[in-house]
This record gives sequence, C-alpha cells and structure tokens, in this order.
Amino acid sequence: MSAETLARWQFGITTVYHFLFVPITIALSMLVAILQTLWYRSGEEKFLQLTKFYGKLFLINFAMGVVTGIVQEFQFGLNWSEYSRFVGDIFGAPLAMEALIAFFLESVFLGMWIFGWDRLPKKVHLTSIWLGASGTLISAIFILAANSWMQNPTGSDFNAENLRAQTDGLAGIVGVVLNPVNLATLPHVISGAWLTAGGVILGVAGWSLVKAVKAGSADVDTWRWATKFGAWVMIVAGVAVVITGDFQGKAVTSEQPIKMAAAEGLCKSEKAAGFSLVYFGGDCTKADTVGLITVPGVFSFLGKGDVNSEMQGLRDLTKTAYDTGYVRDEAGSTKLQKSQAGAVKEFFQKNYKADEALTELAPSIGVTFWSFRIMMLFGFIAIAIGAWALLATSKGKNPKGGSLWTAAMIAAPLLPLFANSFGWIFAEMGRQPFIVYGVLPTAAAVSPGVSALEVGLTMVLFTLIYGALAVVEVGLLLHFIKKGLPEVEEPKVLTDDDAPLSFAY
Amino acid sequence: MDYVTLQILWLILVAVLWIGYLVLEGFDYGVAMLVPFLGKTEKEKRVMVNTIGPVWDGNEVWLLTAGGATFAAFPAWYATLFSGAYLPLFLVLVGLIIRGVSFEYRAKHPETKWRNTFDWMAAIGSFIVPLVFGVAFANFIIGLPVALATTAQNPYLMAPAAAALYVITPAPYFWQLFSPFALLGGIVLVVAFLFHGAVYLTLKTKAGELHDRVRKFASTIGLVAIVGGAAYLLWQNLVYPAQGALTKAALGVDLAPTLQLIGWIMTVVAALGLIAAWWFVGHGREGIAFISTSVAILAVAVITFSTMVPGMGFVNAAGDRTSAPLNILNGSSSPETLTLMTIVAVIFVPIVLAYSAWTYWVFRQRLGVENMPEEVALAS
Repeated sequence: MSAETLARWQFGITTVYHFLFVPITIALSMLVAILQTLWYRSGEEKFLQLTKFYGKLFLINFAMGVVTGIVQEFQFGLNWSEYSRFVGDIFGAPLAMEALIAFFLESVFLGMWIFGWDRLPKKVHLTSIWLGASGTLISAIFILAANSWMQNPTGSDFNAENLRAQTDGLAGIVGVVLNPVNLATLPHVISGAWLTAGGVILGVAGWSLVKAVKAGSADVDTWRWATKFGAWVMIVAGVAVVITGDFQGKAVTSEQPIKMAAAEGLCKSEKAAGFSLVYFGGDCTKADTVGLITVPGVFSFLGKGDVNSEMQGLRDLTKTAYDTGYVRDEAGSTKLQKSQAGAVKEFFQKNYKADEALTELAPSIGVTFWSFRIMMLFGFIAIAIGAWALLATSKGKNPKGGSLWTAAMIAAPLLPLFANSFGWIFAEMGRQPFIVYGVLPTAAAVSPGVSALEVGLTMVLFTLIYGALAVVEVGLLLHFIKKGLPEVEEPKVLTDDDAPLSFAY
Repeated sequence: MDYVTLQILWLILVAVLWIGYLVLEGFDYGVAMLVPFLGKTEKEKRVMVNTIGPVWDGNEVWLLTAGGATFAAFPAWYATLFSGAYLPLFLVLVGLIIRGVSFEYRAKHPETKWRNTFDWMAAIGSFIVPLVFGVAFANFIIGLPVALATTAQNPYLMAPAAAALYVITPAPYFWQLFSPFALLGGIVLVVAFLFHGAVYLTLKTKAGELHDRVRKFASTIGLVAIVGGAAYLLWQNLVYPAQGALTKAALGVDLAPTLQLIGWIMTVVAALGLIAAWWFVGHGREGIAFISTSVAILAVAVITFSTMVPGMGFVNAAGDRTSAPLNILNGSSSPETLTLMTIVAVIFVPIVLAYSAWTYWVFRQRLGVENMPEEVALAS
C-alpha cells in the first residue's frame, strides 16, 4: 500500500476512535454540571450521588478523549504536510484558539473540580464544573468551524506569492464563522452529543433500576429519576438532531452536490429524485439510479424542500468537474474554489482519463449511501428507546427488565455513539477526492518524504495502543457501573492541614 | 504593526508558550519519573502523584497551545517540522498517551499490581517525552537540512507545493538526529526535569521520610544537572552559536552578535540558576530553589530559540548554518491572521495565567502521608 493510502487509514482509525470519546465528553460534562446544580439547589443526597457516579464515568472517558485528541493536533503535520502548509493561515488559527481558550479552561477547571471538593466553597466548586464543561463546548465550536471550512472553504482566497490559501482580509474570519455548512454542522453535532450522553445516563440508570427493584434496594428512587432524566434528554436532543440534520442535508446538497448524489445513488439528473432504501453495488455508467426500493420525490424534498425539484446526478456533476474544475455550479462556488478551479481541472486531466471521472471524482457510493442511512437508523432507534423508557417508567411503574430491556439499555448509549461515527464517516469520506473541497485533492496533500513504512508502522502501533486502552477503559466503566451509586458525605472545606483529604488519587 | 514586527512577535510568543510548557510540565515529568524510585510505600507514592494531580493536565495544554500557535502563525514550520520529525514525534505522542491516562487510571483500582503498572507507564512516558524533545531542540540548534518537495516523492503533488513545500532531507531523517551533541541534549533535559521535579516535591511535601529522601536525591541530581548543563551549553555556544542569517537583509541590522551575546548571558543565567537551586534546596529554602530551576529552564529555552532566528531551526540541504531557506519571513501566516491571533493572545493569555495561578494557590498545601485517605478515590 502507498504512504497516501496508509495515511488515509491512519487518519480514519485515529479520528473515529477519538470521536468515540468526544460526544460523551461534550454533553456528559454539562449533564454532570446540571446534576451538581440540582444538588446545590436542593441539597438532596441523590443528586450528589448521581453527580459523583456519572462524574466518575465522565472522567474515565475524558482521560481517553484528551490523550487521543493530542494525536489529532499533531497528525495534520505528521501525515498531511502539504495540507498544513496550504491551509495553515486559516485552519491553524481555530486550532490555536481552541487550545488557548478551550483546552486550558477544561483542563484547569476539571482539575479544580476533581480535587476541589474539600478545598473550594460549594458555589465555587460548582462553577468549576460549569467552566470545564464550557471548555468542551467552546472546543467543539472552534474545531467544527475548522472542519466546515474544509467542507466548504468560505472567507478565503489564494495568495499567489506564498502559493497557499489565506484569509480574505480580516473579514474573512467572519466568512469562516458564518459558513452555511458550519451553521448547520455545529447544532447537529452538539445535539448528537447530547443524544449520546443522554443515552449514557439512561442506559446505566435503566439497567441499574431493574437491578435495584429486584434487590429491593433503597436506590430505586434515584435510578428511577435518572432513567427518566436520561430518557428526556434523549428525546429532546433527538428532536434537535432530526431538525438540524434536515438543515445540514440541505446545506450539503447545495454546497457539495456530488456527496449527496453519491449518498442517494443518483446517476442521472432528474426531477422528483427518489430516496432508496438499499444499495448492493452497481455503478453509474449506465443506470439512472443504483439504489433499490426507491421512494420517488424524497431526495428532492430532503435536498431542496420540494418533491418536484431537479437533483443533479453523478454523471453530469463529475463531467462538469472534469471539464471545468468546478465541483458545484460556478456561481455558488466560494472565492477560493473559483481561484483554484483551473488548478483542479489541470490535476484531474493530468491524473485521470475522462471516462474515469465518474469514479475518481466522486466518493464511494457504497460508503456514503450506507453510512448516511445507518446514521439515521441508529439515531431513530435511539430516540425510540428513550420514548420506551419514558413509557416504562410512567405513572409510577417500573420496567420489568428482561433481555429486550437489557438490550435496549446497552443500545441506548451505543447506537447514538455509532451514529456519530457514521455521520463523520459520511461527512469525511463524502468529501473525497478532496481534503479541502474543490480546492486541494487529498492525494496532493499527503506528506512527501514520509514513507509507507513509517506510516504503516505507526498506524499498527497506534491501533495496538488504542486497542489496549479500550480494554482498560471499558473494563473500568463496567466495574464502576456494576458497583453502583457511591456512598456520599456532605463535602466540607478542610481547615486542618493534617486531616486526610476527602479525595486523592 | 507591520508584517515583520508581527512575525518576530510570533516567534517570541511561540517561544513563550514553549517556556510555559517546559517550566510547568517539566516538574510534573520529573515527579512522575521519580514515583517508582523515591516512593517507598503506597501512601508515599500517592503523596507524590497528588502533588501534581490537580495541575498536570493544565500544564500539558501549554504544549498543545505551542503546537497550535506554530500551525497558525508559521504553517510552513509546522508542516516541515512535524512531517520531517515523524518517528520522534510519534514517540512523543506515545509518551503523552501512556502518561496521560495513568494518573487518572491508577486511582481507579486498589490492587498493587494495577497501580505499579500505571506508575511505570507514567514514569516511562514522562521519560520519553523530554528525551525526544531534548534531542529535537539540539537538532534545531545544529540545523535541520531541508529541500523543496519533488514529484518523485509524491506524483500527485501540485505546482504550488513543488515551489513552496520544504521537506527535511534526506528522508527519512532519523539516525542523523542522534549526533553526540543531540544525545547530550536529550540526557540533559531529562536530568534537568528530574532536578526540577525533585525540587518541586521538596516544596510540596511535609517534613518526613519522603521529604528527606527527595531532598537528598535533589542534591545529587542537582550536581549532575550543573555538570551536564554546563557541558551542553558550552558546546552549543562554541560550536553552534546563533547565526542570525538574513537578519541584515531583512531588518537592515545583523543580529548575529546580539544573539550570540544573549547565548552567553543566558548560559551564565542558567548556570547560576542551577547552582542556586542546588544550594537552596540543600538549605531548606525550597521556594527559591524552585524559582531557580525554573529560571534555568527558561534561560536554556531562550538560547535555543535565539539560534532559530530567523530560520526556525532549518538550514539548506548542505547543512550551511548561515542559510535559512525556510524562515519566519517566508513561512509565516498572513498579516491578517497574525493580527487576529495577536488580539486573541493579548486577551486570553493573561486570563489563562490568572486562573492557572489561582489553581496553584488553591492547592498550595504541602502534602504528607497523613493526608492520604485510606480508601482511594473515594469520591469522583
């Protein structure tokens, strides 16, 4: 395999793995902050127990998110040096600001929160978890703006002297922030994170509730409350995911028509384009559409809000791209895309024959088609689980348990988590063959001078380390989930220097 | 501000971020390396880990910010350095990963074997990172040879890359990194952090067996740091002085003599800092000793960055130290981006410093074995 292929795999493995921890970190930190606020307001012991219980799960997860996140910041330079050089003027700034504004906030204040139970007055201690949680959210805002710029490079221009992209004056920053893809992606990712963390709360609480009911334990009330709380979070977040997903679908259809056409298997441009349920292979050279069991008009409706609107198919789109270097209509292209269209056209025509355009200039239909549908399917099932949990605990009832309930509780965190993964796989694989859409091909962006041996070796070692850490992490999570609610004491600020700390590693 | 001023300012700011990282995380690397050796009982080990527990993660962010700022302010530097130092940076990542999870996970299980495993992972990770960085800094001083990328390296390369993307050459540039001077740099940085960490521990532990043991160790490692540091810095000043290439052409003034003078002054500062730290820690003046090791580390960082003006540690393929093919003038971001980043830095760096300082104040208490609760990680 070439260094480029291996670098793509390394990015895929390390990024998908990293993003298993991110959504839980973003939303569970806030949910723990909410639980602690409820305790602070009411003084009820159950809220303190839940704060500490879910806080521990959060921290086990957070540690993994931090260490795998460091790899993310480094690997742009490690494996994608031409990308880094070409985009650093725009892409580097949000990364630097993320570190300075968000990472410090979350690291310092979570350290304060973990160790501060007996050092800080209650109110200050509560503030520390809110500040730490805000750090995770601010981090998401910066990195999603950076990613959205790769999907749709607004606010920038080509600098002919330095031969790279750069911000289009100081106003370019505004263009990057107000990128339509960014405005749709941010709420979609954040609500997806809340759906996932709601699933963590529900899954653990729903399973523990059944256990507590059977054992006749005093924890039943606490777990009942947490079950309902988690279920409500899932439902509210789930509705938000669906609404923001619709916005994002329309934004992607407009900015990246090739990605959506591939995801729908639409080969020929047509009105009232349909939404297919399955795809088992087949290419676009002759067929009108390669998906099966097609519901007419649905793609047109999802993409443009009108069942009769015309959707462009892959044959037309890739031919235009090959002939002109434009991956979307010229008028709608960003300034940077317009300035690079000539270079992109030259790149295509130098490296691919005209009849290869259909496959080389579009992403894989199989990957985009299925990742898009699995994402939606998992999301919808997750919302249904939330609704079931709410029904099962309504009017003072308790769930009876059984294998279906257990399966649902295990699925509650996992389905939304994997929906996040598939969403990102769709987003990132769907923008191929570009690393910066319509501007810089991925193949041109890889680090020259880094050998396949180096990339392959480090990929194998990263995978082994990540695998071992996953075993430890899951083991710890299960250990603490089984252990159940901790006994808690009212925290007091220590005044005696020789007294044992209430918390120490 | 004009473009050149912004470029110089950002080289200084990147250096400041590195100094923050080396001074702050330096001691928590030192402490983590010492846990398996100087902690004789489980409670002593826990005292040591808990002296850095609340602060190490925040300290590490200085490194991430330095990396991010390099990417944002000097994309070409970030691109060429990170891809060129591929395997060393991979080792750094492995070190950061295994130490990063260890502090959190060691506390999650009472079994001795479990805890010892994570203590060793933390120690090894905390050893690898300064070792690699020490070697790397020495190589920036020597100069990493670079040449423009070619389509032989990547046939898909586009025209702008072939005219502007530098690659460390010959690739892979790995065994060449381990010259005697660079190896000494790696060892000296590890020793310096051991000293810095030991001094920090004397400052943060109560009188007792552990405190005495750490102080004794600090007195010994302090001597090694003084001798090793002196050898490294004399070697640097005599053989690899700052060149200030292109400064005459770019600024109208040849900075080489000034930079070389800074090199000597900072060498004296570093030596005085190490000697003072050694003397004060031996006499129970731990606060001043800690400030002294911090100043010594800062001085060495200043020397390193002064040799990187304006070539950022890169030289031409022939290794000519007076050449600077890739430098802060042709490798920086646009004036707009540098201006925006300056505004952000001016607002947020003081805020970060203020709340970081507050954390150190909140956790200012010295710890002893009597402070360790029987049950570990009782709360979350």
